[in-house]
Amino acid sequence: MKVEKVFDSFIINALIGGICVSIIAGGLGCFVVWKKMAYFGDSLSHSSLLGIAIGIVLGFNSTIGTFLVCIVFATLLTYLQNKKILSNDTLLGILAHASLSIGIIAISLSNQYVNLDAYLFGDILTVTDNEVVWFVLSTIIVISILFFIWEKLVLMTINESVAKAENINTFLIQSIFLTLLVIFVATCVKVVGILLITSMLIIPAATARQISSSPGSMALVSGLLGILSIIIGVYLSIFVDIPTGPSIIFTLTLFFIIVLSVFRKQTS
Amino acid sequence: MLIKAENISVVRNNKEILKNIDLTINPRDFITILGPNGAGKSMLLKCLLEFFSPDKGKIIKSDDLKVSYTPQDFVIDKSIPITSMDFIMLNKNIKKDEINNISKEFNISEILNKQLSHLSGGELQKILITRSLIDNPNLLILDEPTQNLDVSGQLSFYKFLDKIYAEREISILMVSHDLHMVISTTKKVICLSNHICCSGEPSSITKDPEFINLFGHDFADMMSLYKHDLKHNHEGRESV
Repeated sequence: MKVEKVFDSFIINALIGGICVSIIAGGLGCFVVWKKMAYFGDSLSHSSLLGIAIGIVLGFNSTIGTFLVCIVFATLLTYLQNKKILSNDTLLGILAHASLSIGIIAISLSNQYVNLDAYLFGDILTVTDNEVVWFVLSTIIVISILFFIWEKLVLMTINESVAKAENINTFLIQSIFLTLLVIFVATCVKVVGILLITSMLIIPAATARQISSSPGSMALVSGLLGILSIIIGVYLSIFVDIPTGPSIIFTLTLFFIIVLSVFRKQTS
Repeated sequence: MLIKAENISVVRNNKEILKNIDLTINPRDFITILGPNGAGKSMLLKCLLEFFSPDKGKIIKSDDLKVSYTPQDFVIDKSIPITSMDFIMLNKNIKKDEINNISKEFNISEILNKQLSHLSGGELQKILITRSLIDNPNLLILDEPTQNLDVSGQLSFYKFLDKIYAEREISILMVSHDLHMVISTTKKVICLSNHICCSGEPSSITKDPEFINLFGHDFADMMSLYKHDLKHNHEGRESV
């Protein structure tokens, strides 16, 4: 690729989209690490393929489809968790792969050509101007809400009983957090794809943990690492001609290894 | 009266965890709840805190009740980076200066800037209680605060608690197995085994047949011995 294309509009769109996603992931990812919800995030993103399928079959925007299916998924999961019939782990495995399979079946039955690769591994270089607006809007919404509930969410992550005793409505705060996570998944599918979404949440946060001494700084460092990895990952994929999603996650992983070997402080 | 449980019962999985409990906490009370595992001790606290509503009976609270709570098994996950100071300030409207003053009062200044995950069990309990005192509660509810502490940690913790009780206008309701440690401070002991078996002053409770029935002769004898010790009344100990 020629150097003068470095600032082409498709790259600028990709970078803005990626940076937005990194900022959201920086904040939410810390909680996913603290609450040990990596598998939950993974399952949520798997279920998003069903949303994409519904969007394709019924002919509406796949982001909205993803959002709706993920909301149903998260609600159903919370309901079943409270029933305590199965362990969390088993429940997630069943729900995630059931919805992934149903999604693939629906897409295949729809008889439409669908580039599955783009959904599985992301397609950040095709981000449109309209999508950029959605990215920026959802970032502003998610970050503002997260900022507003931050202290309560951190407290109930540390200890739910203490938070309850201080009259925090833990159910409401947890529901808001899950909704933000759903918005993130719906937004992020385009950037790194269903299979790699969780790593956008986990890897920057786990890296940031090694060099942070407060919850806020961990979120900030995590966001910055994400942004840096998006920029490096996008250009790496263009210059070396490799898929962009995996290239971003590869860059994140490199940062993780470097930081871990230089600053090894705490295990996450 | 600060808070009152009136004839409350809680049923879980067809088992009556709490049965017709009546309990009143007045200002300046120091009540210790004793009881075997599964006796419903934590459930009683959680009903008083209104985490659960009882299946029968009711909780009556006075208007000026300000309760704070330190839960059982408080552990901090290593993946959360937070200093003691930041934890105390979390979701509280307080300035650092005020925390510094409180920390001097309770001798915890040197652990304020440590990471919460680096504290010992005893230090963690002190930070938890300091945090809970920030809003000036008039009732402190503690659920087995010394569960993970060694003996010297337990001693130091109860000294800390005595100091708080002595210096603040506060009532304490605590679930604890360490009756021998609190026997000099606690005013009332309640023995719970799904229902209230017996209750009374610590000196007399160890002679109660229900207490002996619940904990056995050895434990009861040991407890009454501690009481003598703390009063420096060595009468009847010559033979020991």
